[in-house]
Amino acid sequence: MIGRILTIARKELLHILRDRRTLAVMFLIPVIQLFLLGYAATTDIEHLRTAVLDADRTSQSRELVEAYRASNYFDVVAYVADEEELARLVDRGEVRAGLIIPAGYGADVLAGRKASVAFVIDGSDPNVANTVLSASQQVGQAEGLKIIERRLGISPDEMVAVEVQPRVWYNPEMKSVNFMIPGLIATILFTLTIMLTALSIVREREQGTVEQLMVTPIRPFELIVGKVMPYVLVAFFDVLEVLAIGVYWFGVPIHGSLGLLLALAAVFLITSLGMGIFISSIANTQQEAMLTVWMILLPALFLSGFFFPLEAMPGFLQAISYVIPLRYMLVIIRGVILKGVGLNALADQVGALLIFGIVIMVFAATRFRKRLE
Amino acid sequence: MSDDGSGPRVSEYVIETDNLTKRFKHVTAVDGLELRIRRGEIFGLLGPDGAGKTTTIRMLCAIMDPTEGSARVAGFDTVREPEEIKKRIGYMPQQFSLYGDLTVLENLVFFADIFGVGREEREERIARLLEFSRLSEFQDRRAAHLSGGMQKKLALACTLIHQPQILFLDEPTTGVDPVSRREFWDILTELHLQGVTLFVSTPYMDEAERCSRVGLMFEGSLIVCDVPERIKGLVEGELLEVRPDRLREAAHAIEPLPGVLEVQTYGDLLHVFVDSADRRAPTIQQALTEAGIAVHGLRQTRPRMEEAFISLIRKRLEER
Repeated sequence: MIGRILTIARKELLHILRDRRTLAVMFLIPVIQLFLLGYAATTDIEHLRTAVLDADRTSQSRELVEAYRASNYFDVVAYVADEEELARLVDRGEVRAGLIIPAGYGADVLAGRKASVAFVIDGSDPNVANTVLSASQQVGQAEGLKIIERRLGISPDEMVAVEVQPRVWYNPEMKSVNFMIPGLIATILFTLTIMLTALSIVREREQGTVEQLMVTPIRPFELIVGKVMPYVLVAFFDVLEVLAIGVYWFGVPIHGSLGLLLALAAVFLITSLGMGIFISSIANTQQEAMLTVWMILLPALFLSGFFFPLEAMPGFLQAISYVIPLRYMLVIIRGVILKGVGLNALADQVGALLIFGIVIMVFAATRFRKRLE
Repeated sequence: MSDDGSGPRVSEYVIETDNLTKRFKHVTAVDGLELRIRRGEIFGLLGPDGAGKTTTIRMLCAIMDPTEGSARVAGFDTVREPEEIKKRIGYMPQQFSLYGDLTVLENLVFFADIFGVGREEREERIARLLEFSRLSEFQDRRAAHLSGGMQKKLALACTLIHQPQILFLDEPTTGVDPVSRREFWDILTELHLQGVTLFVSTPYMDEAERCSRVGLMFEGSLIVCDVPERIKGLVEGELLEVRPDRLREAAHAIEPLPGVLEVQTYGDLLHVFVDSADRRAPTIQQALTEAGIAVHGLRQTRPRMEEAFISLIRKRLEER
C-alpha cells in the first residue's frame, strides 16, 4: 500500500519537475501575489494629490494649508484660482481632494468667529474617501484647537471633559500590510492546493491515463494520497516562502508560534485538498476544472473576510460565510500571526475546519471510483 | 463452496458472457452479448466504429459495469470480483494512455511498481520487454516523443509487466503505419505462442485473418462468431472482381442482371457476388459493353473477410 502511494507520488513529482509552467505557477505566483497585494491592496492613504483654492491669502490661511501638508496625508500639487479649475482637476483625476479656503477666513480666525473651509473629496472609491474624510477632519480639528489654545491661553487638554485615549492593540501602527499578509498566506494556500489537485487528477482523466490505472491493483485512496502528497509539500514550501517575505521584506511581526501555524495550516489543507479532489470528480476536462475552481474561489475570497470585513456584510451574506472554510483559516492565521493567540482561543475555528475537512474528504473519496460511467 | 458466486469457477472458457448489455442514455452500446472464449485463443472482435467494441472490452476488464447480464473473466465475475480479474489481465486502451512526459523506462518502472513487481524481477522483466518490443535503444526517450507505432509497443510492454494470462487490446493498430502494424501482429503472435489468451478489437478486416476465431459486432450485437475460414464460407455465391470505367454506372448496369446477388465497390473495383461465376461473367461483360462501359478486367476471386463482413452486415440491415 505504502509502496503504491510512494510510486504515485514519485511519478507526480516527475510531472511537476518536467513542467516548467506549473513550476513557475507554484513558486512565483505566490510571490507576485504577495508583492502586488502587499503594496497595492493597502488602504493606507498617504501623499494624496490635493489642490488648494486659497481665496483668503492671509498668513492664517497659509498656516492651515501648511498643517494639511505637514500631516503627510496630503500633497499640495496645485493652487487653483477658482472652483471650476478645481472641478476640472478632480474630473481628470489629477487631484483626489481639494481644500477651499474662502476670503475672510483669516479675518474670522483673528476676530474669534467661527471660520469655515470646504474640503472636496473624490468619493468614487469609498474606501479611499473614508480615510481621506477622517484625515481631513482630524487635521482641521487639530488646527482649530491650536487656534483656540492661542486665543484662550490655555491648553486644550485642560478643557476636555472626557478624554479618549485610544490604544490600538496587535497592529498599533494600523498598517494594512500586517493585516493583508496573513490573509494572503491562507488565500494562497487555498487557491493553490485546490487548483493543483483538481488539475492533476483531471489531467489523468483527460489524457486517458486514468483508464490504464483502473486496471491496476491501485486503490482509489492510494491514488489520491499519492497524487496530493507532492502538492502538500509545495503548499508548505509556499507558506514558508510567503511568510519569509512577509517578515523580512514587509516587516510583519509573527507574535504567535510558527509550529502551531503550520500545524493548523495542515488542518486547513485537508479541506482544500478535499475540495480539489471533489472538483476533479465532477470535471471531465482541465478547462471545466478551472472554471469550477473559480466558481468556488471567487465567493470564497469575497465572503471569507479576506477583502471585506464580515461585520460590514448584510446578515444573509454573513450566514453564507459560515460554510466557507477560508473564513475560519483567516481567523486562525490572523490570530496566530497578529495576536499571538494559542489553540485555546482558536478552538471553534479549528473544530469547524476539522469537520469541514473530514466531510469533504469522505464525500470526495466516495465519489472517486475505479469505474467508468 | 463456489455456489455463492465468489472465487474462480472452473470452466473451459476464460471469457464468458451472459446476455451482457450496456445501455447509455441514448443508445444501447452492447446488446445481449454472448461470448465464449477458450484459453490460448486469439479472438478478434471486428466491427465498424460505434459497434460497441470498446464498451465490451471495458466491461470485460471490469472497469465498467453492465446494465444487464454478466461476464466472467478468468473465472471471476466482473462486477463482484473486479480486482481478482485485474491481477490476471492486461488492458491496452485504444487511446494512448501512458505518461508522455515520462521516459520509456520510467513508464515501465511505474507500472511494475504499481503491480508490486519485486525489484530484481523488475529489472529482468523490463529488459526482456524492452527487447521484445524492440524499444531498448529508446528507453530514455520521453513517451510523447515516440512515433505512433512505438507508443503502441510501449503501451503493450506496460500491460505485460505483470505477466497477465489474458490480454485485452482495443484497436491496437489504429493509426499505425502498415509496417509497424505487421510488426505489432508478429509480437502478438509470439504472445499467443507463449500461451497468452488475446482479445483484440480491430476495424481492419485483414487483421481478422490472423485470429484463431473472429466475432463480427454490429450495432451492439454479434452477427457471427466463428473461425475465419468458415466466416468466409458464409458468403453466398461466388465473387467476381470487375475493373470497369465509370464505376457507378457500371454498378447500376450490373445490379439488375439475373444471378447477381450483391455489388460492392472497392476503390476503382467492383466486387460482384453471383450464383455462378462461370455462367454470369459473360453476361456482365456483355451488359457493360452494351452500356458503352469499357471493362479493363474481369476475373473470379476468393472472397476475403472484408467482403464477407460487408455482405453479412448488409443482410442484417435488409432484414429490418
